Amino acid sequence: MSGPFAAILARDLRLAARRRADALLPIAFFTVAISLFPLGVGPEPQTLRQIAPGVVWVAALLAAMLSVTQLYAGDLADGSLEQMLVASGPGTLDKLGLVLAKAAAHWLVTGLPLVIVAPLFGLMFDMRGEAIASLALTLALGTPVLSLLGGLGAALTLGLRSGAALLILLIVPLCIPALIFGAGAVAAIDAGQSARGHYSLLGAFLIFTALVAPPATAAALRIATE
Amino acid sequence: MSDYGFYLWGSYAVTFVLLFVEIIFLMKRKREAKA
Amino acid sequence: MSSSSFRLFQFAAPARFYGLAGALIPWCWAAFAVLAAIGLWMGLFVAPTDATQGDAYRIIFIHVPAAWMSMLLYLVMAFWAAIGWAFNARLASMTARAIAPTGAMFTFLALWTGALWGRPTWGTWWVWDARLTSELILLFLYAGFLSLVSAIDDPRRADRAGALLAIVGAVNIPIIHYSVVWWNTLHQGASVSVTKGASMQSQMLAAMLLMALAFWMYSIAVTLVRVRCIIREREG
Repeated sequence: MSGPFAAILARDLRLAARRRADALLPIAFFTVAISLFPLGVGPEPQTLRQIAPGVVWVAALLAAMLSVTQLYAGDLADGSLEQMLVASGPGTLDKLGLVLAKAAAHWLVTGLPLVIVAPLFGLMFDMRGEAIASLALTLALGTPVLSLLGGLGAALTLGLRSGAALLILLIVPLCIPALIFGAGAVAAIDAGQSARGHYSLLGAFLIFTALVAPPATAAALRIATE
Repeated sequence: MSDYGFYLWGSYAVTFVLLFVEIIFLMKRKREAKA
Repeated sequence: MSSSSFRLFQFAAPARFYGLAGALIPWCWAAFAVLAAIGLWMGLFVAPTDATQGDAYRIIFIHVPAAWMSMLLYLVMAFWAAIGWAFNARLASMTARAIAPTGAMFTFLALWTGALWGRPTWGTWWVWDARLTSELILLFLYAGFLSLVSAIDDPRRADRAGALLAIVGAVNIPIIHYSVVWWNTLHQGASVSVTKGASMQSQMLAAMLLMALAFWMYSIAVTLVRVRCIIREREG
């Protein structure tokens, strides 16, 4: 299984490197979305500090959802998805390598940059150092969840006209625990409390998602292409 | 709380309306399916 | 396999089920009418006035049964969708799709009556308590299912994709609910709950159960009518 995983991961990363502008779009969206909140809510530092964890997390969630629609669509269009599915094998679990490679590629191209860029916004929202660190850590744990669940959404909606809006409707409710634990951890740290419970729950949710989402995504790919 | 009447009867009214509307839509669908 | 279970399996064929459903529907409507009449009478006239909330609490006889139905119907929907997917049983998938709109309706009703209850008792139109917030997310899950199946043209692909989504949703519901409860207990400002404050007495409980059963009969009746429509639409 590591053969196809490595091959597909390398291929997707190469494709993303070639279309660098497309790969940067989620970050651009992330930036714009976050910047809207002070404009809508007012520049008062106290308010901004309070809403910062939630705002950054919601923007990350939406950026991930918007960028994940293309996860399988490009391969479907040029026929390579069909080839990869046939090559992997007849069973649902044979396709796990493909699913995990796609999710990993999405995270490396979209999720990891968000984690790296988020502290800048922490500064813009006047967050304390510990809170910013917590923000980066929770996003590091949470963005893989978004990539995994996003992959499931992309597979379910493969080839449909409705696009991103449908995917967001389907997948965002499933991401809510990550949002609650992630943003909650940062808020707790900002208030000087311990966030151990939040981190544990977020970690547990990541493990649960990593176990359940890939097989479900593989099944969804079968349903969509049969 | 003295004017709870609006909320109480409003709730029961909304219930009847929603059930009624669902049945109406269903009857319409039934008619179209039989056509 | 005994002969009685073989006879039962005959009804797994949509054409056969059509007739059976048609015979059951009037009985379900009758049961709904009777249960609702008794339930409403008990709720509005027999159950005593609440000590803290006065008569406003009587919204509970709609709100709580609707919330119960919204959750029960989702699980039943996911169950039949799973059966339809696992055994390639068309009728089971059709039943799941027939349940969805009614489940969504009860979820919306639970939210609406929750708001109408919150206003006179807590002063706000909406309370972000664990129960109502979970109901709101449940509404999103229903909306997702309905949107997905209607976005897919091929009926069998729609059935299977819907089944997968419903199962994933059903598995996630306890997790989502727990996270919402966690979220709610942390933010003490929103510690009010629409359902607390009315202590249950036996007549109140009886009225609630009767209304819940009434809604259940209604749901079965409506689902059977809708399944018959779907059978006609798909199989001609």
